[in-house]
Amino acid sequence: MTALRPATAAERAAPLLEIDQLSISYETRLGAIPAVSGVSLRLSAGESLGLVGESGCGKSTLALAVMAYLAENAAIAGGEVRFEGRDIAGLPPEELRRMRGGGIAMVFQEPGAALNPSMRIGEQIAEAAVFHAGVSWAAARERAGAMLGDVGLPDVERILNAYPHQLSGGQQQRAVIAMALLGRPALLLLDEPTTNLDVTVEAGVVELIAGLKKKYGMGLIYISHNLGLIARMCERVAVMYAGEIVEEGPVEDIFRAPRHPYTAGLLRCIPSLNADKREHRLRPIRGQVAQPADRPPGCAFAPRCDHAVPGVCDQGRLALVPVRAERAHSVRCRRWSEIAAIEEPPAAKPGADVAGEEILLSVHDLDKHYLIDKVGLAAFLGLSGRRVLKANQKLSFRVRRGQTLAIVGESGCGKSTFAKVLMGLEAATAGSIEFEGVELARLPVERRTPQQRRALQIVFQNPDETLNPCYSVGAQIGRVIRKFGIGRSRDEVERETSRLLRLTRLPAALASRKPQHLSGGQKQRVAIARAFAGRPSTVVADEPVSSLDVSVRAAITELLIEIQESLGTTLIVISHDLGLVRYMADRVVVMYLGQIMESGTTAEVFSAPHHPYTEALLSAIPLADATARHRRIVLEGEIPSALSPPSGCPFHTRCHRKIGAICEQQKPMEQRLARGSHRIVCHIPAEELAQTGAVFESVPP
Amino acid sequence: MTVALGEGQEPDPGVSQASLRGPGVLERIVLLRESPIAILGLCIILFWVAVAILAPLLAPFSPTATIQPMAPPWSRGAGGQLFVLGTDQLGRDVLSRIIFGARTVLIYAPAATASAYVVGVAAGLLAGYRQGWIDELLSRASDLVLAFPALVLYIVIIEKFGASSLNIIVAVTLASGPAVMRIVRGLVLDVRGRAFVAAAQVRGESPWYIMLAEILPNTTGPLLVDACLRLGYVTVTIGTLGFLGLGLPPPAPDWGGMINETRQFAMIYPHMVVFPCLAISSLVLGFNLLADGLGDIGKRL
Repeated sequence: MTALRPATAAERAAPLLEIDQLSISYETRLGAIPAVSGVSLRLSAGESLGLVGESGCGKSTLALAVMAYLAENAAIAGGEVRFEGRDIAGLPPEELRRMRGGGIAMVFQEPGAALNPSMRIGEQIAEAAVFHAGVSWAAARERAGAMLGDVGLPDVERILNAYPHQLSGGQQQRAVIAMALLGRPALLLLDEPTTNLDVTVEAGVVELIAGLKKKYGMGLIYISHNLGLIARMCERVAVMYAGEIVEEGPVEDIFRAPRHPYTAGLLRCIPSLNADKREHRLRPIRGQVAQPADRPPGCAFAPRCDHAVPGVCDQGRLALVPVRAERAHSVRCRRWSEIAAIEEPPAAKPGADVAGEEILLSVHDLDKHYLIDKVGLAAFLGLSGRRVLKANQKLSFRVRRGQTLAIVGESGCGKSTFAKVLMGLEAATAGSIEFEGVELARLPVERRTPQQRRALQIVFQNPDETLNPCYSVGAQIGRVIRKFGIGRSRDEVERETSRLLRLTRLPAALASRKPQHLSGGQKQRVAIARAFAGRPSTVVADEPVSSLDVSVRAAITELLIEIQESLGTTLIVISHDLGLVRYMADRVVVMYLGQIMESGTTAEVFSAPHHPYTEALLSAIPLADATARHRRIVLEGEIPSALSPPSGCPFHTRCHRKIGAICEQQKPMEQRLARGSHRIVCHIPAEELAQTGAVFESVPP
Repeated sequence: MTVALGEGQEPDPGVSQASLRGPGVLERIVLLRESPIAILGLCIILFWVAVAILAPLLAPFSPTATIQPMAPPWSRGAGGQLFVLGTDQLGRDVLSRIIFGARTVLIYAPAATASAYVVGVAAGLLAGYRQGWIDELLSRASDLVLAFPALVLYIVIIEKFGASSLNIIVAVTLASGPAVMRIVRGLVLDVRGRAFVAAAQVRGESPWYIMLAEILPNTTGPLLVDACLRLGYVTVTIGTLGFLGLGLPPPAPDWGGMINETRQFAMIYPHMVVFPCLAISSLVLGFNLLADGLGDIGKRL
């Protein structure tokens, strides 16, 4: 599927969609705020265009304008959108209705919100055919069934009769795609369609969209902040910054040789799968997107650009200038040709190996089971027992002082449960956790000594929930400083607070701010400052960057590594992002449905032999690298419920390398590989697993 | 947020981030000026508060003095006095009684509501945060009270312990406390799952610190709206108790009591009943409008 060709000149001549100098602004209490300014785009029939940019850069607004579906307080301030040659602003309501669904369809990020919870899937999908194709309900239902088969849903009859809540997130998104396609649209808009899905499920949906595009030959606009997905899905890409297109061109050109400093910056924020933190460093884009009200004159990106030159970049309005006209590659930068000649400075100094020899944390045969009350009348009358949810089963691993351990897995794999047990928020069912020589497995947090609590702190995933909205940043950090006796007097606490803010690269003035005035990245920095306030020996980071923008992710990742290096802290990173794990971790534990599938050093886990699940996870990573070769493994089906896990090997229901009945009947034994600490839990002998080779390899440029 | 913050900053990840809670109490008061409904409500309440405070200056007569019975509104008495709203069957000036009656209701309604809140918030925090058997116990107990017709409850309590200001407050607390507990419990269940609560647990904060300092401040928005509505209900309740003869013992001026004492003359001398009724309705309307406005402001932000 990588052989997507650029549109031919003939196709370009008859554009499906033409956006011409479009400007959109939102009317707010603070006056009109421009969200999109002077965007021009052309999309031919059957062509796919990726729209990239960080949050707030206007890409969703642009998509909604194409659907003529802008919010009430948004208005087109200039320019027009022409679909099949007609200005959609002038369409009468009836034609507009026919265009939406019949001509253009859109798939949003949240499939749960796109489906009506009180309607069966079959009815919802058939509705589209009844309205747009004017067929009878029976015929429409038949079409719906056929389309559900097309989007790769098994057991179509059951799904037609199911309510949305009975489907998993991946199945819901497939159903939404089926609904969008039923009107046979000429143009499909996808707004972050896989953002909330698990990686292996995402890989399946992406594969599906690529296949459907080929099959139906529709035009595609794919909006994403994930450069890897864009590289995979699209022929052309437009990079947006602050409401403008700053670079546009063929995917290969832009990923190989980005011309705009912003595009190049975004690409530098993504960890490479070929190197870890000791070999190269991520380079976050400095600064912050300017608020629409105080956008600088000239280039909007200039304040954050390393190449900005006063007198050149900060004056007048910049035009999109062609880089290679024949490839339709253009860039909104005055200095692109000079910048292209500049050699990239070598990345920041490689980090030192800080890990010591001492075993700090030793987990042995740890089990955590939950008793789930059955619902229903029988359970109410006490006639049926409780079910056991085995969230963690026989976890065993060790962490040395100063190391970074990553626990990897998709939702329901029990990685967050382990964090709760470790922190003392839940008690283990069996097994042991020895931390700094103390047994913690069944020691709840309120019975731990202040010293034990101080030594072990946590950074949570969601920056919006991690800080109490009622208190200022300083008050929240200060509380921890006092609580753990790091500082007592007002002066001491204030000094320590500003030291921590400096450590997390935040201005001291932030101490008096409340969380609602902070950006997501700033909130996460405060959360890190708070976690380090007690001077812990170990910090657990539960998906620390997964809800942040690409460039912020890079900055927070770098911050964690830097602090770890300067303080010698042990880090336990919980994540589903293998790119991040490859970059940060020294050791990796791969979990699936509560059990460890594979563990070892990062180098071991990321090179063959792989456990089949690890192999699938690796293959699911969308690489933002046009030169990498990639073996594609798309897993069947969905992650089973942890309440009724498959017998034998938990992975056998989705495994692409299942060898037979033994996988369904027997739990596989742990294979210790000869060299090092690499362990794989699989029936297939390691020698045979090794023969498959690496999942991805980079072609030297 | 337009101040330049220096290095170490990243892009704002969203134009508007949904705040976890509504605006705080102070912010709401500042924002009130944007809601005409809330301003109207507040004006009505402030009017009655001013009347209550300035009662001795405003009232033309003593509320308990019998002057001339059954005088219609805007009539003059034998001594040439003007009875703006007339007099009642015992010859007391209706306007003066309404003015002094405002004191009664504006002392007891807030006191009873506050007392119901103290009980309800404490129970709701415990039930929502601790869950388990405490939650079961408190929830079932509140079900029991809520299933009981409130009026019957009032009558039982006041018949049993006698009509006094303290017993009115106790009765209202017992009847409203469980409803407040329900609301607080629901809000706590929502807030307790957020990461900042887990962060407090992990650093070993005491349960009461977490409940009072971490969770409670995040529930003030909805509670403020409910408190205003509840003040309205309690105003009606106090009126009802007065009407049933369970309010403050006569001759103390009490709006509900005034309606009760004069209801048999309602057909002939409607002014004796209508004006106290209007007084109660207007105060309740004030509380409800303020609650509506506060709710709107909460939704808008």
